[in-house]
Amino acid sequence: MSKARDSFLRTGFVHVALIAYTLVSLFPVFLTIINSFKDRNAIFRAPLTIPTPQTFSLIGYETVLGQGDFATYFQNSFIVTIVSIALVLLFGAMAAFALSEYRFRGNTVMGLYLAIGIMIPIRLGTVAILQGMVAANLVNTLTALILVYTAQGLPLAIFILSEFMRTVSDDLKNAGRIDGLSEYSIFFRLVLPLVRPAMATVAVFTMIPIWNDLWFPLILAPAEATKTVTLGSQIFIGQFVTNWNAVLAALSLAILPVLVLYVIFSRQLIRGITAGAVK
Amino acid sequence: MGSLQLKSIRKAYGSHEVLKGIDLEVKDGEFVIFVGPSGCGKSTLLRTIAGLEDATSGSVQIDGTEVGHVAPAKRGIAMVFQSYALYPHLTVKDNMGLGLKQAGKPKTEIDDKVGKAASMLSLDPYLARRPAELSGGQRQRVAIGRAIVREPKLFLFDEPLSNLDAALRVNTRLEIARLHRSLKATMIYVTHDQVEAMTLADKIVVLNAGQIEQIGSPMDLYNRPANVFVAGFIGSPQMNFIEGARLGDISAKTIGIRPEHMALSRESGDWKGKVVHVEHLGADTIVYIDSEQVGLITVRLFGEHRYAPDDIVYATPMVGSMHRFGDDDRVLA
Repeated sequence: MSKARDSFLRTGFVHVALIAYTLVSLFPVFLTIINSFKDRNAIFRAPLTIPTPQTFSLIGYETVLGQGDFATYFQNSFIVTIVSIALVLLFGAMAAFALSEYRFRGNTVMGLYLAIGIMIPIRLGTVAILQGMVAANLVNTLTALILVYTAQGLPLAIFILSEFMRTVSDDLKNAGRIDGLSEYSIFFRLVLPLVRPAMATVAVFTMIPIWNDLWFPLILAPAEATKTVTLGSQIFIGQFVTNWNAVLAALSLAILPVLVLYVIFSRQLIRGITAGAVK
Repeated sequence: MGSLQLKSIRKAYGSHEVLKGIDLEVKDGEFVIFVGPSGCGKSTLLRTIAGLEDATSGSVQIDGTEVGHVAPAKRGIAMVFQSYALYPHLTVKDNMGLGLKQAGKPKTEIDDKVGKAASMLSLDPYLARRPAELSGGQRQRVAIGRAIVREPKLFLFDEPLSNLDAALRVNTRLEIARLHRSLKATMIYVTHDQVEAMTLADKIVVLNAGQIEQIGSPMDLYNRPANVFVAGFIGSPQMNFIEGARLGDISAKTIGIRPEHMALSRESGDWKGKVVHVEHLGADTIVYIDSEQVGLITVRLFGEHRYAPDDIVYATPMVGSMHRFGDDDRVLA
């Protein structure tokens, strides 16, 4: 923004709006975290106050970690999320490369078909997916979740990545062909490094819904050995009694890994989001 | 060795025909330039030779061998692109050596050839840098170096100077001419800039709308254009075209005369007219004249002249400098 057009009032309004939005977004997270450090009575008596020496308590964390299985839940969540992201990025990028690079009959139709997945929620097919998983003997395995999440993430990945791959110079790919690179080397060695910011964007957009999902773990893999963190936290929510300390502690812990992954991707992410708009 | 034969090359995208039957022979060691306006198919033709595009029909032969189904890397060609197309994540050295590495050549041989090419193009100090740390001219030299290292039968240049600024363009042009002399390699070069074409080429191929209009040496094209298109395309400022009937020549539809082949006088001459605009270039003075008899014409005078708009002048074509074109726009014998 140029200094000349910068008026104090204008920047003021922008900042007020941004700060307000930040507060609104962060408030639930803040509430979860402060209450996870309080005892049960304090949570209900004064949910909006920060923990004081009188009300400070680690009972929630003790319950969660004492339960013993949470390490497994975290591990399951990690495996499912990381493997799904990896598969989505790999197959998404390959499909996007094919769609953007090669002229073949049905290219546009194929692109549209793959994009439809963005508009139709995968949960509509839950019954069919469950039947399929039962038939394939995959119920209560992490593989079932990985397969579903890969399918869920692919449409958006292909959509975003194929737009980016169109921007990679044809001359560069042709130079590679003349130098004797195979189409795979061109894809992995020339194109992928250049669309890295877009890959990071896709990784974040793919990661968050997978990590937070409750639906498919509940239906496809509810067994103790395959529970994810989100599903694992539900044991503290009963029909009559809910152990709020434990729920809040579990949720607070579940935020951490997402935050770490986000920080890793975010440097690339900003470039990915602005790449199209700002030259 | 590096000869090339093209036989009735056609290329169509759907129903849109880009190349309409190109026949061409390039001898070993020749510098051939494809020139023509945007969209005339010159780049497509170059890509077809490189194997980056498949011709719809016709044959491409390099050194007498049909290469229609040979991969670009195996055709013995090297290509320099307008956008340089350097690999952004590799150093200059690796950029230049990648082709040989892919071909499985030993490391010592690669280092040797890269070293030679680098010293030929004075790129030695930059071998460890990445393309992003180089200027435009240096990048294009790396791209040329990458082509030299492959020791190809054919060098293909796709508008290599278009992205450079004017001063660098002249330098790089000289560099390419020098390379051609020292390597004695066959080069095929695409440009829309007729100055590049005239200064570099042994043989110019003028293309228009997917067809070859004329093939010849630069001076052939300048002195004996085969048709109105070539006459108008080669030479700057553009040749003046006058209806034959206006000059009392009913056998010719159009008469062409180059701006530099006219004399100008204030006193007397063939065509009287009023000066519309004058461009002073130092070495040349270009005078635009509106003449009653022949319409708007351009006259190029050498040196400095003090003509001003609204002056009344007389233009006289030099003897034997007229080009006569018939109804089909082709030159009349």
